[in-house]
Amino acid sequence: MTLADYKYADTIHRCFRCGYCKFPVNWMDVNNCPAYARFRMETYSCGGRLWLTRAWLSGEIDWSDHLAEILYSCTACKNCEVKCPLRFNVDILNMIIAAKSEMVEAGRIPSSVKKFLENIQRQGNPYGHPRVKRGEWMEGTGIEPYQGHDFLYYVGCVGSYDTRAQEVARALGKVMQKAGVSFGVLGNDENCDGNEVNKLGEETLFEMLAEENVAQFKKLGIQKVVTLSPHSYNAMKNDYPMFNGDFNVMHYIQLLDGLLGDDRLDISGGYNATVTYHDPCFLGRWNNEYEAPRNVLKAIPGIQLIEMERNRDSTLCCGGGGGNFYIDLLGGSERSPARIRVREAHATGAGILAVACPNCLTMFEDAVKAEGLEEELAVRDVSEIVAEACGIK
Amino acid sequence: MDSIHQALIEIVGEEQVSNRPEELYIYSFDLGTTEPHRPDYAVAPRTTEEIQGIVKLANKEKIPVVPLGGGLSLAGLAVPFKGGIALDLKRMDSIIEVNEEARYAVVECGVSQGQLTTYLERYYPHLTHSEPGAPPQATIAGNVAIHGQGDLAHPYGFNSDMVNGLEVVLPTGEICKFGSCSIGASWFTQHPLPDLGLFLGWSGATGIITKVSLRLFPCKSIRGTGLFVVENEELVPEVMYKLSHTQMAEDIVAFSQAIPPFASGLQHFSINMAADSEKELEFKQEIIWDDTLGEYIRSGAGGFLGFVRGLQRPQVSKTSDWRKGGGFEYVGSIMPVKKYPECYRRGREISERHDIPYTVLGRCIGAAHSMMFSWTYAFNRADPETVKQAREALHETDDLVLELGGTIWKPGLYGQKLAMERLDPNTLKLMKKVKQLLDPNGIMNPGNWEVSQ
Repeated sequence: MTLADYKYADTIHRCFRCGYCKFPVNWMDVNNCPAYARFRMETYSCGGRLWLTRAWLSGEIDWSDHLAEILYSCTACKNCEVKCPLRFNVDILNMIIAAKSEMVEAGRIPSSVKKFLENIQRQGNPYGHPRVKRGEWMEGTGIEPYQGHDFLYYVGCVGSYDTRAQEVARALGKVMQKAGVSFGVLGNDENCDGNEVNKLGEETLFEMLAEENVAQFKKLGIQKVVTLSPHSYNAMKNDYPMFNGDFNVMHYIQLLDGLLGDDRLDISGGYNATVTYHDPCFLGRWNNEYEAPRNVLKAIPGIQLIEMERNRDSTLCCGGGGGNFYIDLLGGSERSPARIRVREAHATGAGILAVACPNCLTMFEDAVKAEGLEEELAVRDVSEIVAEACGIK
Repeated sequence: MDSIHQALIEIVGEEQVSNRPEELYIYSFDLGTTEPHRPDYAVAPRTTEEIQGIVKLANKEKIPVVPLGGGLSLAGLAVPFKGGIALDLKRMDSIIEVNEEARYAVVECGVSQGQLTTYLERYYPHLTHSEPGAPPQATIAGNVAIHGQGDLAHPYGFNSDMVNGLEVVLPTGEICKFGSCSIGASWFTQHPLPDLGLFLGWSGATGIITKVSLRLFPCKSIRGTGLFVVENEELVPEVMYKLSHTQMAEDIVAFSQAIPPFASGLQHFSINMAADSEKELEFKQEIIWDDTLGEYIRSGAGGFLGFVRGLQRPQVSKTSDWRKGGGFEYVGSIMPVKKYPECYRRGREISERHDIPYTVLGRCIGAAHSMMFSWTYAFNRADPETVKQAREALHETDDLVLELGGTIWKPGLYGQKLAMERLDPNTLKLMKKVKQLLDPNGIMNPGNWEVSQ
């Protein structure tokens, strides 16, 4: 691979490294790029990655494990793209993903990324757990397999396998049942949505997953999909149309917002807590959905909603995107983005850090423990909060 | 692992030291046209004591140390010309104190302009600092170290004139304080102690500034920018003098640029105004637009282009994309205001000779005591020929500055050489003595301000 063959060969040198990409909207903190926040070396900023990519492809530096880790520490949170003032900003994250693709093509990727991709290819999930256990989360819930329901409830890998996220998957299922939503799930037949695979630069595997999912959905006559994870939502809404997957996709928070607006949920049980909400990158910056979660939380009696300094398109990524909830290149430090974020949440005085993403949930639960804040700050998915307000046990 | 690498790890921790090719590559570059030079180590300390440890080690081992703030000087002032340690100071990012009554802020050396701006807007909206036009990651300390100026240069002068005190790690490792803080008082003034201005303007060649006390100024609740234009560049000095006489503006900048083409050849003024009431704003607007500039407007020599409320941070990095090439560099000068017409014409000639869209700008400093006049040259980073063109244009401009009777602001090595060739011999000797006294092993940002004889 040479620079001339690289998809963005005509553009990548246009990064000036002015540093806007590191900031939130208001310049309060130079650490809004999660990888830069973690390592504080220029190599880990978006501009650093772009310059290194160009240097690698033009032969100025050699590939190395460290170079691969620098690129794969990008969580694809899109902060850089939102903040870059230059006209090619729509491509800067794609430049990094394309560089990852080059590493995939060359077979030179971090071992954890290799494992992540292998697991998905073998078992349809990054953990490598058996496919036949994917539907275990729903045991005892009364949730039905999809059979011509209005909605496919797509749970995703984290919600299906992570013990804590499974609780959220069940809570959302119960809320939808209570609201009388017609929905079914794929259970063991559900496959990975491929969003992270795509962001890790494995284009072939992503295409395979997308094509298989689209074919499966079409075979079952699925027209509407509600997802637990913003990552699934992003892939199905923005990428699947390229594979003839023109489904009506919504994230569950949008469904709940609509259900509350139609008075289909009795939330009079309330939820007495001071809550701060973390915007997931794939719901917020990737899909511009900032209001629905706030509408839901504000509608629940007893909730006092406090914003963190960095919110909406200035949110600090939890550090779990781009497969990092598994490959974990940003962990192991008090400067890990998830730990920074839970400290910010704690500083608001809130007792609850609300999320709408199973990846964020697992990242923050670990971070709360690492920070020793278990007695003061709890991480809850919005669906769990709604379930409690509905009186669902 | 070499012993220096190990010693650096012991000072700042393993994650904050690198001698890997990726970090050495990135820290070898300036963003302008200066050729890269690789350091041997990149280090990102968090405390003054860590910096002290690094400098003591470097002094003992005679290893160069090159301090780096936002890395946006564009003049190659933080390029490790002789290798050594690239010292990234951006982790030193605490705002230590804001004193409302005495109007100053004490910040660590990695605090960015954007960070202080936002902090003041949030917690002290009645205070502001003189913010340069650089991207927000430019640091306060880096800016004062190069005699920067900002959007309050007209009423209050250079940012380096706004320093109340410094904490500095000397090249031999001692931590020194300057200003009232050095006698145990608060950081409210630099004077009237004996003048120890040993660090401002030296681009890090005499020590590492670790803390700065910077003066803050009243921030009025309404701020905005008015635009005025004249076609004849000969009118610019008198307009600037008249505007400065009103004492009604916070910032007066004249500029002209080839892009967009419809504005090429015109001389624009951006005039920042501030007020605490509509009455005050109306009064100031009347003084400026009617009483001062009215004669030009009525005669057709000038035009009022409107007033926009709210100050927008200038996104100068957009200049880097003019040739779709990710690069620009400028020569800044401190120049008598009356030289604006010649600066504009000669600069435009240089640009056109090198096939670069021209961009010039003159910011009023003080009561038109001088202006910072800059010539900007964009280049395509992927095209070595355009980099060469820009470099040649920059050198010609350095020569031009001195020919026109100005001084070069934050000169790179070429400009430093020109300045030192003309420097009073006794001053030059003093510079050499100062440098030798402070930095006997010549470890601090070597290559910069090196007196040869």
